Amino acid sequence: MTTTTLSRTWKKPPFIKSAFLRWTLGLAVAIYLALAFGTMEVNWTRVAEGIPRGQRFLAGFFPPDFISRWPEILDGLNESIWMTITSTVVGIALSIPIGLGAAKNLAPKPVYLFCRGILAVSRSFQEVIIAIFMVKLFGFGPFAGFLTLSIATIGFYGKLLAEDIEDIDPNQAEAVRATGASWFQWLNFAIQPQVLPRMIGLGLYRLDINFRESAIVGIVGGGGIGATLNTAFDRYELDSAAAILLIIIGIVMVVEYSSGYVRRWMQ
Amino acid sequence: MLRIEQLVKQYRTGDRALKGIDLEVPDGQVMALIGPSGAGKSTLIRCVNRLVEPTSGRILLNDLDIRSLSQSKLRLVRRRMGMIFQEYALVERLTVMENVLSGRLGYVGFWRSYFRKFPQSDIDEAFRLLERVGLAEMCDKRADELSGGQRQRVGICRALIQNPELLLVDEPTASLDPKTSRQIMRLICELCQERKLSAIINIHDVLLAQMFAQRIVGLQLGEIVYDGSPNGLTPDVLTQIYGEEDWEATIENVEEEDLEDEALDGGPDREAEHKKTPELDRDRLSGLT
Repeated sequence: MTTTTLSRTWKKPPFIKSAFLRWTLGLAVAIYLALAFGTMEVNWTRVAEGIPRGQRFLAGFFPPDFISRWPEILDGLNESIWMTITSTVVGIALSIPIGLGAAKNLAPKPVYLFCRGILAVSRSFQEVIIAIFMVKLFGFGPFAGFLTLSIATIGFYGKLLAEDIEDIDPNQAEAVRATGASWFQWLNFAIQPQVLPRMIGLGLYRLDINFRESAIVGIVGGGGIGATLNTAFDRYELDSAAAILLIIIGIVMVVEYSSGYVRRWMQ
Repeated sequence: MLRIEQLVKQYRTGDRALKGIDLEVPDGQVMALIGPSGAGKSTLIRCVNRLVEPTSGRILLNDLDIRSLSQSKLRLVRRRMGMIFQEYALVERLTVMENVLSGRLGYVGFWRSYFRKFPQSDIDEAFRLLERVGLAEMCDKRADELSGGQRQRVGICRALIQNPELLLVDEPTASLDPKTSRQIMRLICELCQERKLSAIINIHDVLLAQMFAQRIVGLQLGEIVYDGSPNGLTPDVLTQIYGEEDWEATIENVEEEDLEDEALDGGPDREAEHKKTPELDRDRLSGLT
């Protein structure tokens, strides 16, 4: 009996300290969700009509037809691969100086803000939006796709590079600086070894993304396999479309698997 | 000779890490800087090569005022000051050899260093130093494959290949076991003697400081509170540096260990002991232990 009087209760401190705020927030979220789902309009007759249409659509996919449109598919693939590789290389090359400038521990404040600005702009637009813009500027074709993917790569790669540089071990960097190394030597000996393996992995990852995106930008006129796919759908050649989709899936899987392998090997 | 006059460092947060330090380190002197954490030891040695910018005061290396130098001149002076770090601060993904050669960066151009085409004399010197510390066979290993003691040896090589006049040593033994700590301190002191280098060694282990340094400077809250010989560290002095504590035990231990050490170095069975130590060392270095 005496021991129970000595024991004290303990509870994990709540994430939001104020009880009032905690309960108001919870209630507000619950009310909004109830209203949002309550006002969702589902037209069940349309859903019912859509299901058989979907079935016909899927049936049209089989068997996939690789043969009758093979030359067009090959052209599209060639364009897509060209677009993927050139845009990845150009995008990464451009993102290195921008990424260096956007790392807080490397660049002075004005340079930092400027480079972060570039990254923010390039990241704020989705690829499709940039692609529509580029097609309007430079006309249909893979060049518009190339520019789109390059810009998207700068935003992606530059931001991750900058963040990786900000996460480096400052002691290693300080030690190289103390030897009297110049700024570029310091970059080469202290920064590069620390970020390179991850950046190679991310480069391969971006290659993989760019290939998938090349199919998307094609649909809005950016050339490549996406354009071929779009044409196939427009002509209701669903069996050819299925073949294209299978090829895209196959290539993405190959790139994904090999980039994962290279990344493990790089560490 | 290094002369520091009225050195003040005030961080942007308003903390005054150093409050007017006056200090002279003659050529060839190994000086230990002791004091509690936050006393300003690290700040002091980083002000010397301006990894930390001093707020005011003068730092003179052979009458050259380091604070007045431009960035490019500063690089040239940094070459003359080797630095050894706590936690070794090796570039972990570079090889041992690349880490050692990075000590020559101040002397070679960018492209030579980029393609790792260092002058033959630098490579010879790097091998000589690695042999001196017993790591020559490790030259193509990545730095993160080495043990703590081995890494610190590489760190020492990197500092020495700069051909410095002064060593700035920041807690060299902070992450090493007691035996390796002594070996590293002994190595640093031997190398200083061989090359007539002066050194400032930040160290929080009073025992090690007393064993190896010729002079001890005690720092407390950014001010020098003791400057004298290792023997002068009485309980009163330690209380002044670190605060109230029972220091008798520490000091008695020091004397015992000093005697032990003398027996090792100069006692009658000196030769036997000497033979034993290098052998043990070789085992360690070849990765047997």
